[in-house]
Formats: sequence, C-alpha cells, structure tokens
Amino acid sequence: MPRGGSVPAHAPGPDDFSRLARYPFVVVSWVADDRYPTSVATDFRADAEAGVVRLRQPTGDAVRIPDDRTINVVGSHIRPQPGQGYDERRYLQMWGTALAADGEIAFRPTRVWGWDEQEVPFFEYSERSVPQSRHYLARLSAEKGRLIRPRLDLGALFFRTTRLPFLSATFVPVLLGMAIAALDGAFNPWLALLTVIGAAFAHLGINVANDIFDTLSGADQANVNPTKFSGGSRVLLYDLVTLRELIALDALLFGAAAAIGLALVWATGSATLLAIGIAGIAVGVFYTAPPLKLVYRGLGEFAVALGFGPIMLLGAYVVQTGTLSWEAAVASVPVAILIALVLYVNEIPDRVGDAAAGKRTLPVRLPPALVTNAYLGAALAAFGVIVAGVAVGLLPPFTLLALLALPLAIRVYRGIGANYSSPYGLMAYMGVNVNLHLLAGLGLLTGYAIAIVVAQLT
Amino acid sequence: MGWLPAPVERMLEVALVGELTVVGRDGRPITHPLIPLYDGERIYMHSSTLFSKKLEHIKRDPHVAVSLSDPVALKGVPGRATIQGTARVMEDDPHSQWERLILDLWRRKEPVIDAFLKQRIALPLFFERAVIEITPDRCLLWEDGDTNRQPQRFDAPREEAA
Repeated sequence: MPRGGSVPAHAPGPDDFSRLARYPFVVVSWVADDRYPTSVATDFRADAEAGVVRLRQPTGDAVRIPDDRTINVVGSHIRPQPGQGYDERRYLQMWGTALAADGEIAFRPTRVWGWDEQEVPFFEYSERSVPQSRHYLARLSAEKGRLIRPRLDLGALFFRTTRLPFLSATFVPVLLGMAIAALDGAFNPWLALLTVIGAAFAHLGINVANDIFDTLSGADQANVNPTKFSGGSRVLLYDLVTLRELIALDALLFGAAAAIGLALVWATGSATLLAIGIAGIAVGVFYTAPPLKLVYRGLGEFAVALGFGPIMLLGAYVVQTGTLSWEAAVASVPVAILIALVLYVNEIPDRVGDAAAGKRTLPVRLPPALVTNAYLGAALAAFGVIVAGVAVGLLPPFTLLALLALPLAIRVYRGIGANYSSPYGLMAYMGVNVNLHLLAGLGLLTGYAIAIVVAQLT
Repeated sequence: MGWLPAPVERMLEVALVGELTVVGRDGRPITHPLIPLYDGERIYMHSSTLFSKKLEHIKRDPHVAVSLSDPVALKGVPGRATIQGTARVMEDDPHSQWERLILDLWRRKEPVIDAFLKQRIALPLFFERAVIEITPDRCLLWEDGDTNRQPQRFDAPREEAA
C-alpha cells in the first residue's frame, strides 16, 4: 500500500483485489437522489483478472445499488479484545461504477484507499496525518475568528518539550564525578546541589535547542516513525508551542545554566571549570546548530559521548576538587560510550528522516549488520575499560559491579538484529539500552559509594 | 427521546464499529469505520483532528449514513441496519469539548479509553477531537441481518425530521 501523505488514494491493482477478498462482506454506499448517502452490506467476489468486484444486488428498492453514479465499496475489519477495545484494524474502500444493475453487479473500481495497521502502524499513520491536523485547525481558527491550537497541560508540555526523562544521561556522569571527588576527600554538598541543577538546566536547554534546529531543518518532519526515545519532542511540529515560545524557554534554560555555571566558577575560582562549561554548552548547541552542525558532519555520536561523558563528569569533579584527575577521566569513558550508544540505537529508526535532512549519523552511513555488530563491540569496550581501569588500579575494584549490566547489552544487540527495520519493535530495546546506561552508571556509583565507606572505615 | 426501533438501539449500544458514509467534495460517498455512541436519541461519532477530512465534508454537506453491519463488531447482537441522518460537527474546543460531550458514553462501550487518555502526552493530537452529532432521519433494518430480504423502513416523526 503506498505510504506517501496519509495513505493516499491510488488506481486499483491486483493487490487491492486480493486485499478486498480477505473481507467476509462489503458495505456498498452511494448518494441517493434525496442527497442522503445510502449504504447496505452485501456479499461479493473480487475478480482481479477482470478488474471487477462482483456484488450481490440486495433486495428492495431502497437499497438497490444504482448503475448511474459513483458507488463506494468498503471492506472493514477489527478484532475485538475483551476489555482492551480492538486491534487488527484495517479497511479498504474502492470507488467506481456498477456495470449492470440486475442480479449480480459488476463493479469496476477506479480508485482505492485504505489502511491496514499491520502494514502502516497506527503511530506512523498518525504522524503522516499531522499536516491534516494543522490544516484543519488553521481552517477552524479562521472560521471561529480565534486561534485554536492543540494543547497539553503545562506540566505535560514541559515534560514533553524538554524530554525530561533523558536527564538520567546527566545525573549519571555528574554524580559519578562527585563520588570520585568524595573518594579523593573533596565534597561540598551545596556545590554538589548547584552542579546537579546547573547541569540539568544545560541538558534541558540543549534538548530544546536540538528540537528547534531539527524542526527548522526538516529532520523531524521527515521522520514519520518517532518513538518515545527518538524523533525529538515534536512540540513545534504539532503546534503545541510556537517557535517564539520555544526560543524563550531555551533562553531561560540556558540562562539558568549559565548563571549557575558562573556562580560555580566564582565559588571555585577554577578557570578549568569555566573552560569545561563553555565546551559543554558549545558541544550541546552545535550538535545541531549552524555553523558546526556536528551531527550533520558525522560527529553526533562523538559529540554526545564527549558532552555526557568527560565534560559532565570532569566538570562535576573539578567543581569539588579544582583539579582534573586521570581516574575521573578513565571513569568517564564507559559512561561516554554507553550514552553514545543510547543515541546510536535511537538513530536507527530515525535513519531515513535523518538521511533526508542530511544528517550523517552512523546508522545513516553504515550497513545494518555493521551497525548491529559495532553496537556490541562498543558496549563490550565500555565494560572492558572498567575492567582495565580496575586492573591497573585506577578504578576501585567495587566498580566491577557495573558489569552486572552487561547482559542488557546482549539483549539490546539481539533486539537490534531482530528489529532493525521495525521502529516500534525496536522501541522496547531502546528502553533496555537506556537502562543499560543507567544501571552501569549505578553500578559504578555503588562501587564508589562502597569504596568511600571502606576508605572511611580503614 | 429517540424513535429508532429497539433492535437498532441495541445494535448501537454494543457496536464497536459502524461505517459512517459522508458526501465528499465532488458528491461521491466516502466511508469511515468509526465507533458509534448512542445516548437514546442521537448517534455520536468522533474524529481526531489528524483524520479530520470527514469533518470538512460534513460541514459542507450534513447528510450522512451509518451502517451497522459487521457481526463481529456487533458482538453477536443479530441484525443489520442503516441509519440516514443529519450531522453537525461540534468543534468549539477540540481539546476538551469532546470529553464533556461523549467521554462517558465512550467509556461505557470501551473502558480501555481511560488508559489511553492517561497517555495523552504521548499522542497529543490524537486526543484533539471533534464530535459528530447525528440526528437520525430514517432507518432501514434487517432484523436477521440478511440483506437478501426486504428491509423494514422507519422514519423519524415529522417534527423531529424537520
């Protein structure tokens, strides 16, 4: 079934007759002389070779299928699910004329349109229909003389706009940086609190900035398979906010992040922290923003690894200690790899839209088998760095707890292989992949917490 | 209250899907499978703004037909019916008007809707909706569902059809 627009109409082909033949009966409709549509269920046979649908003429003048006007023939199917509504939604409708009006009718369709949720998932169908929603609401606004826009309540809108759940990507490296500093004997709880809040504002600001540039570039529009992990917040696309509102929110978030960052620089007197902060904001904004547009140049995964690995972790460490450390740098590497892998897997369903928008992500550039195997290689490398760090004495042995998350990497690897071309099938593994980053981070954090307790007891 | 015959009212109360036929821009019929709701007098259907072409058609020509024909969607209730009527689109506030108008009726037929509604953040445009209110003008009934037989015809009382 063609998928352009929102499942558009087309001339009938043999496949359409086969599809119609799956329905046990059809409903035939026409517009009667009194201007009311009339419809009636009847039996049929789809004859693909002759290009006709043979319909049984129902009994009675009121429902006699006419041969002098366009008629509409519809097959429709659902499967009721007790307590759950229904699934397996599909329908197919054909337009054309009846060739004979006595006994059996030969209906020759000239136009077909339909939807089958097993071929075009409901979410994709909805995404393809977003322009119709915008068109309808624009016309309604004009008719009513007031602006009518889709809405979400403020909390939900903020949640969706900022993509709040992704803050775990910030909390893991920031808390880990502070834990390493604490093991080194430096921990100021007020600076720690400010660090977490400032980093969170910066992360949310970056998310919003990316959405602005992805919408303006057309990348989000080109992606008709968004998931809760990929495809952006789509708040601009859905007209839930205006560009001006989004820019104002972004300015607020970045303003708050900058104010807290400068307060931390002032409190610590660290020029290193200032440099790290500037680098962090730059990497985040120029991920999608011109002139660098890192993700368009094939540097997106590296930028995310850098920003949510070393920059966040070392920044949090420097706030507490005023200096850099090799231990913090090494600990940031697995965190960096695993967060880059979150992006990497999320890019798989986005690859068509990304390619259309000129984004050169790794799944855009590499064949599926290589993307899948590279995931496993990178995930194993992340855990290998932890093992090596412990082996050479840079990381506490307790950080090996992070290896408990390793089976999740295997699950995701298998899930990618099995669902590479199924965005909604892949969605479950995207969630597991986010948990992989989170659990490995918690493993490292727990390892440091134990190390701190042990250090205090000895 | 309504005048539809009891077997048709029973079908409307249980039907998970009915076929709404509207008149398109070029005068052709266009059919949409939708869940019909019934308050004892009028039939209500509803449409997301995502799939709103039907609303534009109804605003241009309010003549519609609703076919209740699928034994599966009718959950074993026997019979088939076609209800011809006059529709109006209720769309003052697509965000919440439909909840006030039809959510209780929808919930009674499809309790799972509450779970979907909690996920409104995930599908915000799907829950921006307009209500199609259909006043029945005429009804054809096949009590045993066999359209090989003559249907019974019922008309709205004159003052209601006006």
